[in-house]
Parts: sequence; C-alpha cells; structure tokens
Amino acid sequence: MAGELTKLGIAEAKAGLAAKDFSAVELTSAFLDAMEGGRALNAYITETPDLALEQAAKSDARIAAGEAGPLEGLPIGVKDLFCTRGVLTTAASHILDGFTPPYESTVTSNLWRDGAVLLGKLNMDEFAMGGSNENSYYGPVVNPWRRNGDTAALVPGGSSGGSAAAVAADLCVAATGTDTGGSIRQPAAFTGTVGIKPTYGRCSRFGIVAFASSLEQAGPMTKSVTDAAILLGSMAGHDPHDSTSVPTPVPDYAAALTGDLKGKKIGIPKEYRVDGMPAEIEAWWAKGAEWLRDAGAEVVEISLPHTRHALPAYYIVAPAEASSNLARYDGVRFGLRVPGKDLIEMYENTRGEGFGPEVRRRIMIGTYVLSAGYYDAYYSRAQKLRRLIANDFETAFETVDAVLAPTAPSAAFASGEKADPVSMYLLDVFTVTANLAGLPAMSVPAGLSDQGLPMGLQVIGKPFDEAGVLNVGFALERAAAFKAKPAAWWRA
Amino acid sequence: MSVDPATVKKIARLARIRVDEAELPALADEVNGILHFVEQLQSVDVEGVAPLTSVVHRSLPLRDDVVTDGGSAETLLANAPDRIECFFTVPKVVE
Amino acid sequence: MSNPNLIQGATGEWEMVIGLEVHAQVTSNAKLFSGAATTFGAEPNSQVSTVDAGFPGMLPVINRYCVEQAVRTGLGLKAKINLTSVFDRKNYFYADLPNGYQISQYKDPIVGEGRLILDMKDGSTREIGITRLHLEQDAGKSMHDQHPNLTFVDLNRAGVALMEIVSEPDMRSAEEAALYLTKLRTVLRYLGTCDGNMEEGSMRADVNVSVRRPGAEFGTRCEIKNVNSIRFVRAAIEYEARRQIDILEDGGKIDQETRLFDSGKGVTRSMRSKEDAHDYRYFPDPDLLPLVLDAEWVAEIEKGLPELPDEKKARLVADYGIKPYDASVLVAEREPADFFEAVAKGRDPKLAASWIMGDYFAMLNRLGKSVTDSPVSAKALGELIDLIADDTISGRIAKEVFEAMVETGKAPGAIVEEKGLRQVTDTGAIEAAIDEVLARNADKVAEYRSGKDKLFGFFVGQVMKATQGKANPAAVNEILKGKLSP
Repeated sequence: MAGELTKLGIAEAKAGLAAKDFSAVELTSAFLDAMEGGRALNAYITETPDLALEQAAKSDARIAAGEAGPLEGLPIGVKDLFCTRGVLTTAASHILDGFTPPYESTVTSNLWRDGAVLLGKLNMDEFAMGGSNENSYYGPVVNPWRRNGDTAALVPGGSSGGSAAAVAADLCVAATGTDTGGSIRQPAAFTGTVGIKPTYGRCSRFGIVAFASSLEQAGPMTKSVTDAAILLGSMAGHDPHDSTSVPTPVPDYAAALTGDLKGKKIGIPKEYRVDGMPAEIEAWWAKGAEWLRDAGAEVVEISLPHTRHALPAYYIVAPAEASSNLARYDGVRFGLRVPGKDLIEMYENTRGEGFGPEVRRRIMIGTYVLSAGYYDAYYSRAQKLRRLIANDFETAFETVDAVLAPTAPSAAFASGEKADPVSMYLLDVFTVTANLAGLPAMSVPAGLSDQGLPMGLQVIGKPFDEAGVLNVGFALERAAAFKAKPAAWWRA
Repeated sequence: MSVDPATVKKIARLARIRVDEAELPALADEVNGILHFVEQLQSVDVEGVAPLTSVVHRSLPLRDDVVTDGGSAETLLANAPDRIECFFTVPKVVE
Repeated sequence: MSNPNLIQGATGEWEMVIGLEVHAQVTSNAKLFSGAATTFGAEPNSQVSTVDAGFPGMLPVINRYCVEQAVRTGLGLKAKINLTSVFDRKNYFYADLPNGYQISQYKDPIVGEGRLILDMKDGSTREIGITRLHLEQDAGKSMHDQHPNLTFVDLNRAGVALMEIVSEPDMRSAEEAALYLTKLRTVLRYLGTCDGNMEEGSMRADVNVSVRRPGAEFGTRCEIKNVNSIRFVRAAIEYEARRQIDILEDGGKIDQETRLFDSGKGVTRSMRSKEDAHDYRYFPDPDLLPLVLDAEWVAEIEKGLPELPDEKKARLVADYGIKPYDASVLVAEREPADFFEAVAKGRDPKLAASWIMGDYFAMLNRLGKSVTDSPVSAKALGELIDLIADDTISGRIAKEVFEAMVETGKAPGAIVEEKGLRQVTDTGAIEAAIDEVLARNADKVAEYRSGKDKLFGFFVGQVMKATQGKANPAAVNEILKGKLSP
C-alpha cells in the first residue's frame, strides 16, 4: 500500500484524501519512508519528518472538519532556495551554513495556506547556478534514470535537480523549483517530469534566495500537467512584498485543461534547429508538432532571429546580477564566517571558502562586466540584445499562440561529463530565451531516447498565458502517454 | 578582450573573494573562456536599441509610510556568526 | 575691486572652489524600502527589518511618502522633477552596508537642476546651482571605539531614506558654504521634509574643496566625508584649502581623494577604508522598476507647498517695508517669521522688527529659548508696542516693562499700571518739572544760551530723572526748546 501511495500525483492524492482512502498522515509517512529509502539519490538536503507529520495531522483534522484547502495534506518537497521559517535554508552553499530564516517565502506561505505538507528541502546547484546539480556543497544529486543496461550515475539536470529527482523517484507528491535560465524545465526534461516556469512577475520572489533577480521565477515540478496546473494555482499570485510581482488575477489553471487546440496556432522557431542537434531530438520535436496538429492546432514555422545571441546575453546579465545579489554573504549577519586579520581579509576568506567554483566564476564574470569601462561593452549591450530577443517573441505572438521547441539539446548525461563551464552553459540554449523575455514556458516528457532516457518538449507562451501553455502541454501529455518510470535501483 | 592573472586578482579583490596566487592562471583561463563565449555579442548591431532591464511594464509600486517590521534585535542577531550584546561584530576597522 | 574671498598665499592669491553634497534624512515613519521604524536613539539593531539587513530573499518596496518628500523638496528648490527616475545599485563592501550595495539613483535621479538663494550679510543675494537631488538608503553605523579588536555594527540607520542634494561647485568661501547649509536647512524645515538636525545626523555634508588661481581652471578636488556641523564644515574647508595651497606652493600636486575631518584636531586626513572602493559597478536594481510619477500628483504636491523663505522674505519687505537683511533674519525659521507677522499686523512694522530682532531675540538668546517656548507671546509683545504707539509709555520705559513681562509673564498693561509707569503727557506737569530743573541749573542755562548746544541732552536727562522717566520725551523736547531759547 505505502509503495503505491507514493506513486500518486497531486490530483490522485487529492482524490484519495477526499475519499478517505488514506489519511494525510498515512500519505506523508509513505513519502517519509520513500525518502529514507531514496537517500542514495541525495535529493534532499534537509528532511523535516517531525514537522511533516505534525502538518499532516493538522491536515487530517481540517479534512475531517470539511475545511480542506486546495493542497490539503499533500506532501511537497521544497527547493532549498526558498526560505522556510525555522527550517535550515542553504541554497546548497557552504556560505549559508546554519542559516535558519526568521521568515517564510511567499510561495511556500501560499502552499501552507492551502494545506500542503513540507517533507524537506531539496538539493540543487549552489545558488541555482548550474545545469547538472554537480555544484552543490551537499554533494551531487543522482538521476533516478539510468541508460539502458548501464549503471553509470547520470545527472538529473539543474539547478532544480533535487526537485526533479525527488518527483521522478516518488520522494514527494510534487516539488517547487526555480528557473533562472532553464532550471525547472531542463531537469524536468532529464527526469521525465513536468515543470513550468511562469511569466516573470507571476510568482512572488519574496523569500527566495536571489541569483539573477530580473530572470528568475518559481514554478511547480510535478508528475503531470494537471498537477502542475493545480500547484501553480497555489504558488502564483500578487505579492506586495515583491515590487516586480504583477497584480494580474490567477485563473483556475486546471479548469483550462481541455487538450483541445482547435483554432490555435503553434510556432516552430527555425532558429532552434541548431548545428549538431541530435537526430532523435529533432525527431521528438517533429513528433510533438504532429501531436499538436492532431489536437486541432495549426503548426507554422516562425523566425526568432536573435535566438543565437540569447545565451551570451544571458551569461552576462545573470552573472552581473548575481555578483551584486551575492555580495550580502559576507560573514557578518548570518552563515559562514572564516576569520581574517582585518575586515577585508575576513570577507575574502569567508567568500573564498564559502562559495563553490561555479559561483565564484560567475561572481568574477559579473564583477568584471559591471566594472568601470566594461559596462557598455557587456552589460548594457546584453540588455539591448535582451530587448531584441523579447521583440522577436512579441512579433511571433502576433501570429502564433505558443511556440514549440525542444527543452534541452541532449538527454541526461553522466556525472563529470561536462567539465568545461561553457559546454555546461550550452545546455541552456533552448531555455534562456523565455527567461530573458519573461515568458511562461514548460517542459513536458515526450518519450524515451534510444538509450532509454526521458526527452522533453518545451512550450513557450504569451505573457500571463500560463493557462494556454498548460493546455498545449496537456495535449502533448495526452498524445505522448508517457508512463515510463525509472527502475527503483536506489532502494536496493 | 581577455584578462591576465593580474586582472583576475583585481576582480577577485573587488569581489572580496580570496584566490590563491597559484590558482590565478587557471581561473584566468576559465574567465577568458567565458568572456570569449560572450564576445560574439560585440558583432551585433544594437544601434538605437534601448536596454531592457525589466520585462515588467508597470511603474514601481509604492507602499504606505507605516511601521510594520523590525523591532526585534534578538531575531535579527539570531543567525549572527559573532555578536556582542545587540551588536554585530567584525574585525576592527580603521577609517 | 579686490575680492574679499581670495586667500593670500606665499606666491600670490588663491581662490577656493567648493561644492556640497548634503545627505538629508527624509522625515518619515518607516524606512525607504522596508517597514522598520526610523526613530532616533533606539536600542541597537532594534529598528531593523531583514530587508535592511540584507537577509537572503528579502526585497525592497519603496515608501510612497519618501518619494513625496523628495518631490516636495525638489519643488522647494525650484528644481525640475523627473517624472521617470531609476534606482541603481552602488556596489561596495563595508561592515555597515548589509547588502554589499546601496540602493541609490545614479543616471536618472528623481530631481534635476534647481537653485538655492543665499542671503548675504550686506543684504544682497547669491544664487547657488543645485545639480540634482536623489533618493538613497542610509548605511548602518560602525562603532570603532567599543572594543580593542572589534568594530560594533548597529543597523538601525540602515535603509533610512536620504535625499542627497548635490550643489554645483559655485561657492567660493567657507562663509558661503555655511550660508548654503543654513539656507538649505531652512528650506527643508519649511517644507517639513527633513528636520535638519545635524547633531543627530539627519543632515550631513560631504564637502568638495579645490583651490585655483583666480580665473584659472578648477583644480583637483578632495572630498571631505560626513561633516556633521556647520561649524565643522567651515573649519574643514579653511583647513583643507590651506593644506592644498601649501602643497601647490611647494610645487606638489593634489591627489584626488576622500578625506575625513578630525574635529578634535581641526584637521582633515586621508581616509584609509575608502582606498579601493572606487569601482562601484552601478547598474539598475533588478528588484525595482522605474519610478514613474503622475504629473497630477506632482502638481498636487506643488499646490500644497508652504510659503518658502525667499517668498516670505520678499513679502515681508514688500508688505511691511522692513529691510531685506532683517527680513532674511526673520525668515531663517518659520516660527520667528510667523511671530513677526503676528506682532506687526496692524502696527508699525519697523518698530515690531526692531523689537523682535533687538530685545526679544536677545532675551531668547539669554534664556536659551526659542519662539515656541518664549515667555513673551506675540500678543503680549504687540500690546507692549501698542502702549508705545499710543504714548502710554516711552520706548525707554517699554524696555523696563518688557523685562517685567519676561520675569512675571504678566501683560504689559497690568505692569504699567502696577508700577505706575504711565507716561506723563500733561504739559503743565512737564513744564513745572522743566522750570525746576532750569532754576536749579542757571549756570548751565547761561552756558547753553551762549552756544553750548550739547547741554540740551543734559537738560532732557535731568527732566526725565525728575519725572522718573515717565515724561513724554517729545513733549519734554518741545517745551524745553521753547524755554531755553533766548
């Protein structure tokens, strides 16, 4: 029974709880057991079993009293980038050693408001910087998926790799992630799960440890498109504590899932057909277009001419913002302090020891591109490119309702395979555009690669049209009928 | 553009990150690899294009002038690596 | 014409060039980007939000009232209000700068060019250009003298709203700089946008000083940081100009640097901690959006502006006919100006001005009081002036009555009656007193008549003495003149 419970997604678990097939405590206990059995994946940095059971008991009481919230009793994993009151929050960095926030992020507050249960804090790339989850101070996360006939450990993608692995391995009913350049969508693609990055301003950034403020959004990582719609409905909403949060009403996303795309136009951007793209990715992409046509959509080729400049623009803007956002980690008010003979040496020691190599690299790049004499050549130019990229989409959306593209240029790869930072950056090639333009974008599993690894398709939509994006995703999901699960080798 | 180890040292200093002398050449290579990668933007014509700093097209929201926060030094100092009474402390600074 | 501002050096004359950057704390309940309180003198770190302390994930949300105050100040400085302005991050590391950056306005400040009028001692005015005004966060406070090896950090000030008001390098003497600060403080206080309290740090000045040969290009300047009294600004400028002249006259050159004024020693010295903080890496704060003001809101704020010192001064001169310099003294603060108007209304304004600026201010000074807690109200002083005007008492007696008013708080009329100070205007009684004086001093009368005119005052004095000062001086003069004429 317990093993079966953890297979449930949000929609099914909700139904089971409502039908009193099982209690929230039973459901939570099943996941806590699974987490214990799944520690080989290193998906969680912090497990909060006591808190979870306490919350679950309260959920049972509310269910009994007929006061169940939309997420009542659902055990959720939270990326360790979200500050949680009284629960260690690390951003997977040594520099946040022992940091216990005295506040709760708005997004997680919304989850608890709606009755969700916190299972623990999920592993990730340090400060959300990375695409493989190899940059965590708490060690890499292992992808539950393996290549056919191979036991080599694969990366789950990143930076929300712990979230993706936990969802794929049934170590939570669903998880939260954040996406700055693809950090929800790429790991979702690598693990056969669903993830959506909403429009910039849709979810509050308050209480989320900042990496690149103008690019990042929180979003759900789930077992199905319906689950993503339900979870996003709780996470989203205007927050007066975030000046970039937008006061647009949150529709009932789940209600919009019909899978009917009649009258919709879907664009296939020709510039996403990059050199050296594996044939099977191209094939799944074509398959996706066909599925959408089957669902009633008209599929047309479009042009997003500045696409190839998106990655370099991103790798200027994001590190620049990061270099400033991470200046607060100085060993004075929280986290790690490494002593020094004077204040400057204390700063340098603390930050030298507290940040991992990738974070250090990005801070260096960001500091350089903002420094005197280089601002115009790098930062300002990148922001101009950003406008051109956003304009491309604006033009495209005059004729199409959504864009279909691959999520990532490859399936999951082996740990240590991409040692060169730039080769890692190239993984974001299809995802950063949505962040630069602030658009909603999701990844939906399409099928398995020749090696038996999940492949994802990406849907990019108009600003604040998450409902439209989810519905296209729903059509893809229905057509793909992706039911594969990784063999639970980690329990052995 | 590319940077030499001395420049890397300067950037590290500006970013307050200790980098051992021996690490500088390797770090310079990494930084140059990334700079080389982003260099391709230099070839794009951006004449007359205004930088896009935010995708949110609305004015800055304003809040009321009321006291709603602060008020507990204990809460604020609870995470401090070093403190004396209600002060954060750092190695002595000479102005 | 020689320029009194020029400094005589060993090798010729020098001129100072001074510009000021004033940090004025915005009067508000809560901080610029957080809901923490701004009260002065609270327990350390007790008025700090996790936003101010740069905790992970914390975000700034701007205080509407602080924006309004900045606009109001800009309007008060006759400046251009920029309907779109941008907040930038100024990045540098310091113990009391929790985020590692200060949110400020760099390229696009909320207020552009304006001006401030200085009222010079000789009654003339001088206009000093305002370059800009922008909103920014204050930093916390580092205390270096509490512990042998540690600096203590209190973040209560961190995040408090400041207006940085930057002047053009238009000032040419320490005196002008002092007048500028005084006038700026006056304007801010009229507007109610900053209390101008330099002891509590709600107004501080960074002083840019350079020297040049008269008419030459500007020299290299040094910035003296955070000078916290007008007296110190004066002293710092005098010292710094002299220091620079000495270096230049010895054939040296000035290093552009940040300096600190040591008020104990009266010297400026190079600031070590600022040595490598030159590259601030400004960029637009991605946590905030451009601040776009509604032109109608700005117009509404403008409508609500109080009468400002320059206008008040002009009105006092025009309506009451008082001297421009007197008017500028009266309007230096709102309360004395209001006090003057209350006293002068319906009375002789020159008499009112001379009483207020004379005995009344002297009394306040002596007692260490201000107009608001003065023992003499405008009504009482007005009544006293009325008693002079209707010849109930003389000006001389009035001074005596005034002292009694200060001491007892009684109304002037009551004091006059009680002490029997009513002026004698009965010419018969005065005539009798004069006759008696002349009879007693026949020799002096003879001297007077033989041409010693100066003795007239002696006779007046004697008559006043005989009448205990109560005789109407005009009547005494007139009758005496008649009786003494040959």
